[in-house]
Amino acid sequence: MSRINWRGAASVAGFVLLWELLVRFGGGRFEGIPTLAEVLRAFGDKYLTNAQYWQSWIVSFERVGYGFVASQLLGIPLGLLLGTRKIFHEVVYPVVELLRPIPPLAWVPLSILFWPTTELSIIFITFIGPFFIIVINVHDGVRNIRKEHLWLARSLGARPRYIFRRIILPSLIPSIAVGMTLGIAVTWNVVIAAEMIASDVGLGRLTWEGYVSHTATTVIVGMISIGLAGYLSTLAVAYAEKKLMPWRK
Amino acid sequence: MAKIAECGSSPITPDKRLSGKVRAAGLCKWYYPTSQPPVHVLEDCSFEIEPGRLTVLMGVSGCGKSTLACILGGYLRPDAGTLTIDGRPIEGASPDRIMVFQETALWHWMTVLDNVLFGPLALSSMTKAEAKAKAIALLTKFGLLDFKDKYPGQLSGGMKRRVELAQAVINSPALMILDEPFRGLDVMTRELMQEYYLKLFEETRLTTLFITSDLEEAIFLADRVLVLSGTPAKIVNAFEVDLPYPRTFEVLISERYLAIKENLMRALYGQGTPEAVVLG
Repeated sequence: MSRINWRGAASVAGFVLLWELLVRFGGGRFEGIPTLAEVLRAFGDKYLTNAQYWQSWIVSFERVGYGFVASQLLGIPLGLLLGTRKIFHEVVYPVVELLRPIPPLAWVPLSILFWPTTELSIIFITFIGPFFIIVINVHDGVRNIRKEHLWLARSLGARPRYIFRRIILPSLIPSIAVGMTLGIAVTWNVVIAAEMIASDVGLGRLTWEGYVSHTATTVIVGMISIGLAGYLSTLAVAYAEKKLMPWRK
Repeated sequence: MAKIAECGSSPITPDKRLSGKVRAAGLCKWYYPTSQPPVHVLEDCSFEIEPGRLTVLMGVSGCGKSTLACILGGYLRPDAGTLTIDGRPIEGASPDRIMVFQETALWHWMTVLDNVLFGPLALSSMTKAEAKAKAIALLTKFGLLDFKDKYPGQLSGGMKRRVELAQAVINSPALMILDEPFRGLDVMTRELMQEYYLKLFEETRLTTLFITSDLEEAIFLADRVLVLSGTPAKIVNAFEVDLPYPRTFEVLISERYLAIKENLMRALYGQGTPEAVVLG
């Protein structure tokens, strides 16, 4: 059993207390903000047994899932090709460098114009966020493979395919892991913003509706839900990474 | 096959004892670093490595020893000169030559056993079961059996070196190249590894080129010492080391050892004058 981090627990309690005190005695600016107790009450009354609320979770997770998985499925091979094929690199890399600095949200209008449904355009934007991150990470990973690792394999009689499978791919797992960790955080950023702009369901939309209807408790329920969802996704990615890298203890 | 039959008694197949004869003539190598003037590393470098002997290549650090090792390994191409092993030209990496690198090159994502098994599986020279039996025999011999399922990151420096030796000899190469393999180990481990390595060599007589910049290590291990010196570097001297086998650290206090050491220092530093030490 791991020991309880008392300092951490005290710090969280302190944060909640500060929140409470600011709302009660902070005056003007804090007046519209609900206390944690009010938020929890609203959550119990309005959302806990509300199917629509849980539907928002499912919808957001689906968007994150599709966008994230698609970005990895396309980004990892692209990064590999960029890192291993010289001519491919010379032709394609400049385009990647050109598109990469465009923030994912800048793609929103074009995406809505291009894709036939809102759902597809949101998934596309969610895809763009982690896509360039994984491409660049895998690309750098290929370039940083130690040449001795490849030389040794050749001297032991390995042919290129065997080297690819047993040396190059496993060498890239740490880079892929970094790309996934950074990517999943960006994915949630992007999906929430995209939902606020373009969707009528999802956790981002829930939060936005709270704002539009001046229901501050809803806004905070939305924020906490998003934080929790992001945290759960990070845990899932961390778990996958641990399984992929048994040599890291 | 004879190879497999021998696995039981000696895991290292001695059938290549008399192979690994290297002839290098007129090797020349330039480096062309980007936005810097080219570097002339080797010029007219010629030597021979005799089969079944432990040849030590000595030189001050930075003089081009690793470059020469990489050329022998087939990882770098010389700009001029000829290089053959058992009469065949060296044109790239191949399983007849193996190099143990200065920095460990073990694949950290594979267990110790998988690292050692890699060679025979890559070559498809034996079935998986045969390869595994041979790898286990080697690891037992190298005192690593209990660590076969560990990852390299969990081993000490000396253990990693022994895994690399097992990995290198499992394919029975004709030539072993060891590029300052014990550099960076602490003194005790280093001495243990030298003694350990010498035993392995005496048993297998695998043709070896051992590279070092440590004079004592050179004389302690060598049958023959080649001295690489100059900028650009070439082989300037070759010594026979006639200290008796089996060697223990007692040879380091024998008179013969001191005489050889003096000779070697003269060759390395030119008459022993201090100015000449600034070579590398």
